[in-house]
Amino acid sequence: MDLAYTAEEQAFREEVRVFLDEKVSDELRAKARGEASLSKQDMEDWHATLNEKGWLAQNWPKKFGGAEWNAVQRHIFEEEAAMANAPRIIPFGLAMLAPVLQKFGSKEQQDHYLPRILSGEDWWCQGYSEPGAGSDLASLKTKAVRDGDHYVVNGQKTWTTLGQHANWIFCLVRTDSDVKQQEGISFLLIDMDTPGIEVRPIILLDGTHEVNEVFFDDVRVPVENLVGEENKGWTYAKYLLTHERTNIAGVGFSQAGLDTVKRMARAEMSGGRPLIENPHFMARVAQVEIDLMAMSTTNLRIVSQAAAGSAPGVEASMLKVKGTIIRQEINDLARRAAGPYAMPFASEAIEGDNDPIGPDYATAVSPHYFNNRKLSIFGGSNEIQRGIIAKVKMGG
Amino acid sequence: MDFQLTEERQMLQDTLRRFLSDRYTTTVRNEIIESDTGLSADIWSELAELGVIGALFSEDDGGFGGAGFDLTTVFEELGRAGVVEPILDTAILGGGLLVALGNDAQKALVEDIVGGGLHLAFAHGEPTSRYDLNRVETTAKQQGDQIVLNGRKAVVVNAEAAGQLIVSARESGAAGDESGISLFLVPADAAGVSMRGYPLLAGGRAAEIVLDEVKVGPDARLGAAGDAYPAILDVVARANVALSAEALGAMETATELTREYLMTRKQFGRPIGTFQALAHRFSDMLIELEQARSAVINAAGHLAEGATLRDRHIASTRNLIGRVGRLVAEESIQMHGGIAMTQEYELAHIAKRIVMTDHRFGDTDYHLERFIALSAA
Ligand SMILES: Cc1cc2nc3c(=O)[nH]c(=O)nc-3n(C[C@H](O)[C@H](O)[C@H](O)COP(=O)(O)OP(=O)(O)OC[C@H]3O[C@@H](n4cnc5c(N)ncnc54)[C@H](O)[C@@H]3O)c2cc1C
Repeated sequence: MDLAYTAEEQAFREEVRVFLDEKVSDELRAKARGEASLSKQDMEDWHATLNEKGWLAQNWPKKFGGAEWNAVQRHIFEEEAAMANAPRIIPFGLAMLAPVLQKFGSKEQQDHYLPRILSGEDWWCQGYSEPGAGSDLASLKTKAVRDGDHYVVNGQKTWTTLGQHANWIFCLVRTDSDVKQQEGISFLLIDMDTPGIEVRPIILLDGTHEVNEVFFDDVRVPVENLVGEENKGWTYAKYLLTHERTNIAGVGFSQAGLDTVKRMARAEMSGGRPLIENPHFMARVAQVEIDLMAMSTTNLRIVSQAAAGSAPGVEASMLKVKGTIIRQEINDLARRAAGPYAMPFASEAIEGDNDPIGPDYATAVSPHYFNNRKLSIFGGSNEIQRGIIAKVKMGG
Repeated sequence: MDFQLTEERQMLQDTLRRFLSDRYTTTVRNEIIESDTGLSADIWSELAELGVIGALFSEDDGGFGGAGFDLTTVFEELGRAGVVEPILDTAILGGGLLVALGNDAQKALVEDIVGGGLHLAFAHGEPTSRYDLNRVETTAKQQGDQIVLNGRKAVVVNAEAAGQLIVSARESGAAGDESGISLFLVPADAAGVSMRGYPLLAGGRAAEIVLDEVKVGPDARLGAAGDAYPAILDVVARANVALSAEALGAMETATELTREYLMTRKQFGRPIGTFQALAHRFSDMLIELEQARSAVINAAGHLAEGATLRDRHIASTRNLIGRVGRLVAEESIQMHGGIAMTQEYELAHIAKRIVMTDHRFGDTDYHLERFIALSAA
């Protein structure tokens, strides 16, 4: 047992810190904290900045132009990036599609798509969920029927994150309805400019346009856009879920969030004293911090196993559940800390250049509290994760 | 013991519930929320016509109710429908202060409130006062035969719609003193009053107000100079009962929506409510909802008691409502999955109403502390 990072790892952390310090502007930091909204351009610029340094495709093998960081390095970057309030990396192309292409894609697909993900030429979105297929993803109905050298796609995807910015979507589609559900699904790459695709916004409860509905009406997709074999899409999607769940615990986000809560508690006055001296509030903060200290070690234990080559199984589900509970609790603390200034809906301050209504730290606390309810819903809900843990441990 | 509503209150509840379910649909409400004023003048006058505002005042004060259970009857229904119109601000706070401290001329305004013609706002909180009711830094200084107000007021709900603001200001003492606070009726368009209005996350609007050399006559003062604090406590006690009932009503709707969804949403070939992992949590919501209902009854039933007993019950109720409210809001969203995250779905608004209750007149922790302090006394 040794809790210390190696000298090499520490040097790496220092390098990351210096880089972030230089590259993340104050404006970007404020936006990443939610005090203003990140534009598409902001996100693309951040990707470009990382790409220039060779740090965009952190988990990709070197032969595809990636950094090939191990799990510990990735963890260090995630932690530092969150603490620096750097924008997050949009995962759809880089962390979700790319590993599938690298493992199951054809040489042509790899050569064509991977460089375009790095350069930012393509923005990918994920088309898995449907109105009737959420937790029960395998029941998806969007159909792809072979017609000569095309598939004709009909159906609807939903909850498509940042689909409004995307020019490509990777989809799970049904190519066989006569077999067991999981065995009739294929993995298809679809150009969003193809005739017959319509993207409609869904406004979330915090007023943001983050997700969309995507409709497919006789959309013709060339057969060479099929990844791997027909009807093997479920295997590819599952490969992604078990092998590429980076940053699932969100330790860095939680640490940054707790820092913000403490900063707020130092500034807020209650009963003539700073909130940070209030035992009731601080007991709540301490409780979460204690949980986080233990979880970050759990996370490191799993990360170092993964660095040694073993794929996290049920542990990933455990980290997802505990990590999201902690993050949501911190969002709740931030909301409490803001007091009455948690009530304004400062869309004009977030969208435009207007001054905040109360203290700047209060602007986004309530929208974040509500928006982050999603953490325990998407990516396999916490109920589904608990089901997996129980099933694995009881040999179901 | 009798836990039934009186016939009059039962009628009021039925009428109000019917009216709101007919007229205050999700679509109508979402349009109101999006509008520039954040409230519907039509709905407001129809509510006044139904007697909803009158029910919040006693007969002596020009209404036909005014007791704790009148407040809870009205606000539970407003909460169930997720009503954003600031009846609390105009009637309970504004009207309540006029009734408690006003002279005959000032009290005469109540008729207009009950009729639906006058909006008020209570400009009390300040940028750094948080939930402390005694922390007033805005000053009122006698200058010849006039009084000059200077200061800032924060998150003043309904300020833009209000014809008159009830402004608290300090005539003597230091920021945290209970004595020395006075209230003034200030026309919203008085010289030196400026506002920055904005929408609230759970609907309705508020404003930041700057008072810069605002001059009023001595007849603008409500009650005796420097003596307003006890009346502020009384009126905030009433507001806390109303807010608790409103949150209770919203929780009833959240629970009902969740019940329906659990029975109709199918995944893995069966209604999701048949998964025990969800069924048990839904049961917990129902158990806690009954706790919340009893807590509201406790608060309403002690509203007319002496301040210490009353406030101990109110603090306990707000603390419990804060805890149960969070549970109900979060569990309802979670058990719905993605659909509850969308702005246009009824539950999203209802959940916001529930959680944002925690930011008016003290949150769960604030009321826990008050409960401890009042229990020691
Ligand atoms: C903000 C946001 C962004 C998203 N982005 C994307 C995206 O980019 N691409 C994409 O494809 N999808 C995306 N999703 C969809 C997400 O993956 C689904 O919301 C998720 O799979 C849950 O599905 P559902 O919403 O249909 O809920 P449902 O599956 O209907 O679940 C409702 C409730 O039932 C519970 N439940 C379901 N089955 C069981 C069971 N067997 N046992 C116990 N409880 C159960 C769930 O946990 C939940 O509490 C996003 C969702 C959100 C909210």
